[in-house]
Amino acid sequence: MWDYTKSVMDHFSNPRNVGKIENANGVGEVGSLACGDALKLYLKINPASGKIEDARFQTFGCASAIASASALTEMVKGMSLEEAMKITNDDIARFLGGLPEQKMHCSVMGKEALEAAIANFKGEKVEEHQDAQVVCKCFWVDEEKIRHQIREHKLTTVEEVTHYTKAGGGCGGCIPDIKRILDEEAGKAAEPKEPPAMTNLQRIKLVTSTIETKIAPMLRNDGGDIELIDVDGVDVYVKLRGACAGCPGARATLHNIVQETLRAEVDRKITIIEVK
Amino acid sequence: MSEIKQVYLDNNATCMVSPGVRDAMLPFFGELYGNPSSMHNFGGQVAVHVKAAREKVAALLNVSPDEIVFTSCGTESDNHAIRGVLEANSEKRHIVTTKVEHPAVLNVYRFLAKKKGYRVTELEVSKKGDLDLDQLREALTPDTAILSVMAANNETGTLFPIDEIGAIAREKGVIFHTDAVQAVGKIPLDLKKIQCDLLSLSGHKLHTPKGIGALYIRKGTRISPFMIGGHQENGRRAGTENVPYVVALGKACEEAMNDIFDENNRVRKLRDKLEQGLLSVIKQAHINGNPRWRLPNTTNIGFEAVEGEAILLHLSAAGIAASSGSACTSGSLEPSHVLMAMQTPFSYAHGSVRFSLSKFTTEEEIDYTLKVVPPVIQKLREMSPFYDPNK
Ligand SMILES: Cc1ncc(COP(=O)(O)O)c(C=O)c1O
Ligand code: FES
Repeated sequence: MWDYTKSVMDHFSNPRNVGKIENANGVGEVGSLACGDALKLYLKINPASGKIEDARFQTFGCASAIASASALTEMVKGMSLEEAMKITNDDIARFLGGLPEQKMHCSVMGKEALEAAIANFKGEKVEEHQDAQVVCKCFWVDEEKIRHQIREHKLTTVEEVTHYTKAGGGCGGCIPDIKRILDEEAGKAAEPKEPPAMTNLQRIKLVTSTIETKIAPMLRNDGGDIELIDVDGVDVYVKLRGACAGCPGARATLHNIVQETLRAEVDRKITIIEVK
Repeated sequence: MSEIKQVYLDNNATCMVSPGVRDAMLPFFGELYGNPSSMHNFGGQVAVHVKAAREKVAALLNVSPDEIVFTSCGTESDNHAIRGVLEANSEKRHIVTTKVEHPAVLNVYRFLAKKKGYRVTELEVSKKGDLDLDQLREALTPDTAILSVMAANNETGTLFPIDEIGAIAREKGVIFHTDAVQAVGKIPLDLKKIQCDLLSLSGHKLHTPKGIGALYIRKGTRISPFMIGGHQENGRRAGTENVPYVVALGKACEEAMNDIFDENNRVRKLRDKLEQGLLSVIKQAHINGNPRWRLPNTTNIGFEAVEGEAILLHLSAAGIAASSGSACTSGSLEPSHVLMAMQTPFSYAHGSVRFSLSKFTTEEEIDYTLKVVPPVIQKLREMSPFYDPNK
C-alpha cells in the first residue's frame, strides 16, 4: 500500500470543491481515460480584479490525483492570477505534506490543469502537441514537458522522469529517447550517429518488406491492418487500422509498435506518420 | 449497517491460516523438532508426518506420493519446473506459454528470452480471456522444450482447458507444465485425467502460512534438480525439509479435499450473489473474463469512469479488502498485463476490482459488501469528468 500522508488521505476522503462551475471563465482539462488519470479544472475569475473567486474540479484517478486536485482548488481560491501562475507542482505536493515519489505526476497534472485554465481565461490557444514532438506515445508526453521536469527537479534517471511525467512507464518504447534527452540535458552531447549506409531505394525496399512480413501479419492477427502509402527519407507514411479504432491508448500503442519495429529493422531515425 | 468491521475478499492474494492447519503445525515448533533424515527416534517420529503430508498432497491430485516435491512457494515451483526442464532438455530452444501467466512464469520466460536467447511464443487470449487451442497446437514444434499454461487465472479466475491442452501436448510430445496455484483446492483436479507433466501449487492460497509450495513431477519427466545438496526429496530439491510447513500443506490439502464440494457450491453461490447484486444496482459495469469457465470464488468487475486505487481505499476504510488490476495499485502506470492482453477497454480497465472469496467467507459479509460498494462507486463517479449517467 502507498504511504500517503494524513493530509492526502483527508483530501481524498473528503475532497473539497468537487463539481463544475456553470459560468466558469477559465477551464483546463488534462489527461485521458487511457492514461488512467484526468483532471478538469473550473475557475471563476473576476475580470476586473484578476482574482480567482471560485475553483472547482472533476477528476478521474487514484487517491493522490483526487487529493492533488482538491488541494489545488483550495490553494488558488482568492489568489490573483499572478500568484496562481507561480504555483509549482512541488507547492501542491508540499500542501499535502508530500506525495510518494512515484505519484509526483499527480501534482504535475494539477499544475498543468491550472496553466490550461488560466490560458483558457486569457483566450490563449493551448498549443496542441505536434505528433513529431511526442516522445512517449503511451501517455502522450512531449519532449518539452520532459525537459521542463528534468530541469525543474534536476532529474537524472529514466525512472525519475517516469515518476514526474509518466513517460516510459508503459511499453517502454520511449526509454531510449528519454535517455537521449537526459544525456542532452546533462550536457553530454549525444553520440554522433553513423550516417546510414543505405540508399533511399534500399531503405524503401526494406521498409516494404518489413511491413509485409513482420508488421502486417502481427496486426492482422488482432483484426487490424496497415497500408504503406509513401516513404520520404526517414518519414514513413502509413494508414493504420486498429482492432479498437476509437481508443486513443490502443492507437498510440499501435503507432508505437509499428514505429519501433521499423526502427529496429530498418533505421533508428524512422518516424511513422499516419495518413487518415 | 451491521456490525461487521473486517471483510476479507482478497483470497487470491493470500488466505487466512485455517485453525485446523495451525493446530496441526504446533507440535513441530515444540517436541517434534527432529530432522526427518536422522537415524534415531527424534527424526523417525517426524519423518512419519512428512510422509503422511506427502500422501495427502498426492491424494488431492490423485497422483503417487513420490511424484510430489515440496518447495518454498509457488514461485519456486514454477522456476523449478521451467528451468529444470530446460536444463535437462538443452537441445531444445523454443518455449510456448500465454500472455496472461503469473509473473512467476512470464518473467522467467522473458528473462530466458532476453538473457539466454530462447525463442518464446506467448499465446494471445480473446477478449474474454480464452485461448485458441488450434493456435496452441500450431505453436508446438519439435524444437519446443516446454509448454506452460496456467490452470486458473489469478486476476479473472478464468479456467483454461488443461485437460484438452494436456492431450495436445502429449500428442505433440511436448512437456506440459501448468501453474495451478489458483486452482488447487478450489476446483477438483484429477491428474489421472489431466495429462500434465508438471504442476505448481502454493500453500498460502490453500490456507497454510506463506512459504510452502509443491511441484508435482510426473514419473519419467526429464528434469534437472533445482537445488543441489543432500538427498532430500529424492535429490530433486535438496535442503532439510521445512517440517511444520510441510505438515501444514498436508493438512490443508486434506481439508481442501473435504471442503472442495463446499467451495464449489456455497462459495459459488455467494460469489454469484455478490456479482449479480453489484451488477444489478451499478450500471456501466462489466465482468472481466469468461463467466462460463471460472473459479467459483473469483469475480473481477470493471466499473466505468472510476479508478481502482480510489475504489480500494474507500473500501478499505469501510473494512473491505479487495484488489485491483488498475495501474495505480500495482505501482506501474498501465493496467495489469492480463487486462491488457484481453484488450479490456480503458474506460473500465483502470476501474477493475477483483473480489476473491474463500470457504471462510460468510453471507453476512457479502451482504455488507453489497451495501458498501455501490455508494463508493457513485461517489467517485460524481466527481469523474468521464461519467455520463445517461449513457
Ligand atoms: C497463478 C499464480 N502463480 C504463482 C503464484 C506465486 O505463488 P507464491 O506466492 O507462493 O510464490 C501466484 C501467487 O500470487 C499465483 O496466483
Ligand atoms: S512508455 Fe513511452 S511510448 Fe510506451
